[in-house]
Order: sequence, then C-alpha cells, then structure tokens
Amino acid sequence: MELKRTVKFEADRDPEFARWISHTVGGERIRHCLQCGLCSGKCPLSLYMDYTPRRLMHLSREGFKEEVLGSSSIWLCTACYACMVNCPKSINVTHLLYALKQRAIEERRYPRRFAIPVMARQFSDMVRGSGRITESWLILRVFLRTSIWRLLGMSGLGLKLLRTGRMPIKRERIQRRAEMEKLLDSVAATRKELAI
Amino acid sequence: MKYAYYPGCSLRGTGRAYEESLLAVFRALEVEVEEIDDWNCCGATTYMSVDELTSYALASRNLALAERDHSEIIAPCAACYLVLNKTQHYIRDYPDIKLVVTRALDAIGLKYHDKVRVRHPLDVLLNDVGPKAIAAKVKVPLNGLKIAPYYGCQIVRPYSTFDDQGDPTSMERLLEACGAKTVHYPLKTTCCGGSQKGTLPEVGLDLIHYLLSEAQKNGAEVITTVCPLCQFNLESFQKEAGDRHHPTAVPVLYFSQLLALALGAPADAIGLQRGFVPIGPVFANKEIAYA
Ligand code: SF4
Ligand code: SF4
Repeated sequence: MELKRTVKFEADRDPEFARWISHTVGGERIRHCLQCGLCSGKCPLSLYMDYTPRRLMHLSREGFKEEVLGSSSIWLCTACYACMVNCPKSINVTHLLYALKQRAIEERRYPRRFAIPVMARQFSDMVRGSGRITESWLILRVFLRTSIWRLLGMSGLGLKLLRTGRMPIKRERIQRRAEMEKLLDSVAATRKELAI
Repeated sequence: MKYAYYPGCSLRGTGRAYEESLLAVFRALEVEVEEIDDWNCCGATTYMSVDELTSYALASRNLALAERDHSEIIAPCAACYLVLNKTQHYIRDYPDIKLVVTRALDAIGLKYHDKVRVRHPLDVLLNDVGPKAIAAKVKVPLNGLKIAPYYGCQIVRPYSTFDDQGDPTSMERLLEACGAKTVHYPLKTTCCGGSQKGTLPEVGLDLIHYLLSEAQKNGAEVITTVCPLCQFNLESFQKEAGDRHHPTAVPVLYFSQLLALALGAPADAIGLQRGFVPIGPVFANKEIAYA
C-alpha cells in the first residue's frame, strides 16, 4: 500500500512559476479566474484530463508547478478555443495552455512516446529552408527519426493518399528563400535583446 | 474588388480538393482572387505551440505581402485563418511583439500597416456574394441531399465575427441555397481532435467516432467541412474509428465541393475522385445529375 498526502502544503508552491504564468503574454487575466468551471464544462477533452482547465488555472496561478507541468491536460488540449470563448472573465485559457506546453517542452517534460520535439525541429528546419511545408516530406522525415515501424503501419493510408493525388512528392518552395533566414534570424536577435 | 488569396501548405497537399473546388466556386460566381506573391507557411499549430514569436513573424510576412495590393485576404485553411487573425490581434495589443515583427519585416524590406482584413471563404460567399446570387446560378440542384455541416473549432473561434461561435449557420445557408437540406448536428463546433490522432490515438479516434456516428444517426448522407485537418481526420480514420466502436460510412467533403458541383463544375475538376468513401452512390440515390 502506497500512502500519499492528498492535501498540498504552502511549501509545495513555486512562487516564481506563479509569477511567470501571471505575466505571460495573453495570460495576464488569469488572476481574475472565478473558478466557475465553464471552461471545463465546455472542454471536449476534459473527460480525459487529470486536471481540468479550471483546476489548471488555479494550480498554475498558485504556483503548483510540478502538478501543472506533469499534467496530461497540456498534451490533451487541441486548442479548440471552446473554453476561452465561454469564459465569463475573458481569460485566454487556450493561450495559457499553450504557454504551459511551451514551458513543459523547454524543461523537457513530455511523455517519451511523443514525437513533439522531433516534429517541431523538422517543421522549423523545413520552413527555414523552403518557406513552405510539403506534408509528405515532413511526415517522412519525422517517422525516419522516430519510428520506422509506425511509418510502415501507416503505409496503407499513405498509399491511399498517393493514389488519390493527395500526397504530392514535389517539394513546395518559396522563390525568395533567403528572406526566410533573414526573417528568422531577426526574430532570434530581437528576442535576445528584449529577453522575451 | 480583387481579394488576396492565401492557400497555405495543406491546400497544396492533403487538402488539394479544397483548393480545386473553392477556385471553381470563385470562378463561377465571378469572385476575383489573386494568390499572394511568394507566400510562406503561416507556422500553423506547430510553431504556435512551441515558438509563438516566430509564428507571428512568419504570418506577418504574408500580411505585409498581401497588403501591398489588396485590402482583404481570403484564407480557407482553419489554421492559417486563425494564425493570421491572432497575429493581427497580438501585434495590436503587445508592443514587444510589434517590435519583433516590425524589425523582422524590415530585415526583408517589408512593412506592415495593419490595413488588411483576414476573411474566410464562408464569410465572403455569404456576405459579399449572398445566397440569392448563388441560388440564381445553380445548374445542378442538390435535390434535398442531407448534409451534416461540420465547422470544427478555429474558423468560428475565437477571432471570427461573421457567425456564432457555438452554433454557426453560414454553411447551412450556402448549401440550402443550392437545394440541399441540413440535418440537426449539435456537435458541429466540437473539436475533431486536431493532430491528437498522432499523439494520443485512443482519444483522437474517440472524438472522430462520435462526430461521425452522430451525423449518421441524424440522417446525414454527407458531412461537409471547412478545414483540411477536420476533413482528413473524419475521412482517413473513419475505418479505424469504426473498428474501435461501430462502423460508419459517411463521405466527408469540403463544403466548396458541393457548391462547385451545384454551380456546374465537373466532378473530376473539383477533387471528388480524391475521397476515400465513395460519393457516387449517394449522388445517384438523390438523382443529382452532375457533370
Ligand atoms: S471559465 Fe474562466 S472564470 Fe470560469 S473557471 Fe474557467 S477560466 Fe476561470
Ligand atoms: S482549447 Fe484546450 S482546454 Fe480549451 S476547451 Fe479546447 S481542448 Fe479544452
């Protein structure tokens, strides 16, 4: 029998985390949350979540970092905006969940089986190099770096897509490709300068 | 007026039928569009969830390019539509983001003046063209074809203002103008799971299944969508979702494919051959005599 404390102590909080979430771009209104639960009620994924959106709002503004960043909810959220448009206090719930997801990725806290960092890397490399995404190549590159077996498992679908002409192999590119690099480098430079 | 047209990457891949049919609708209704010169990827959900600042810069290049010659952009893909709109809002609201974007654009010799409006084809067809004008041009009436109109999330939420965010009706009004009937479909703005099928398949398949079976139960012969990802999920994983729950067989089309068909476009020019669940029998059953 494993015994676990079910009530959180003040000392479990991380005040820095609480400060960070209340100052994230778009998330400033989190302190106005009434804990009414409309967001959770409207969320199509809340039935699968360990902490519903309402609970995440409260846990994160109080600084319960471990619980929040370890929660399955940030990976379940599909950014459907049902919570956000129904919030009586106009809190950007979806954007707050994005912020939590970014933070979890930064701190490398995601379930092992997720290809999220690989996907993000391949996606950004492709945008930097070509300016556009060619879906067929993106999927191929992600699978080659994660699981070749899953690629084979998906081959039935791949073939159907090829047959119906929905998997063009031709690489999509913009003409002024040098602009992508300049644009992205400039973002990185300004980000550093403003420390955002 | 000529609109700037922003197809985005999906409409050049899995969503080809969306572009083919939408352009056919525009031609039939004399809506003039011009593709944004050298447009780039909007950054989509991938960038939005890992690196928002970059996504604002990527989106703003498209806004700035469009703004040079146009006052309105048509963005059919749900992800592009959302990202372009969100970028406009965030540039307005946050001076830091505005600075990042202004400098990034400056590095490639562009300027953004916040003068261009981002619109969805549903909005343009309904409010600029209008159901009456469309009805007048129908060549192949849809003969009471029963449709479940599925909007998904990001077209109606959170930034669009052309329709209700929970119970929109634009698609109904357009399709009914072509002689179709729409069925009661309370799940019309419930999420399809996005890319959940890739990360948490059991959850993704659940969501997909309930959307499909609800439509079938309510008598729909076809589901129409406005988003490449919704269309892809509902169609490509229909078999897999059916294996887990109980089987469904509902063709999933872009709303524009049915509009184009009604306006007289030939089936193979609007991507009807690209579907996985055959639509032919449904049309035959309704005696819809398309070209
Ligand atoms: S709907 Fe808004 S106010 Fe209500 S619990 Fe959710 S975030 Fe808080
Ligand atoms: S945006 Fe995320 S948290 Fe909000 S309702 Fe949709 S899935 Fe739930």
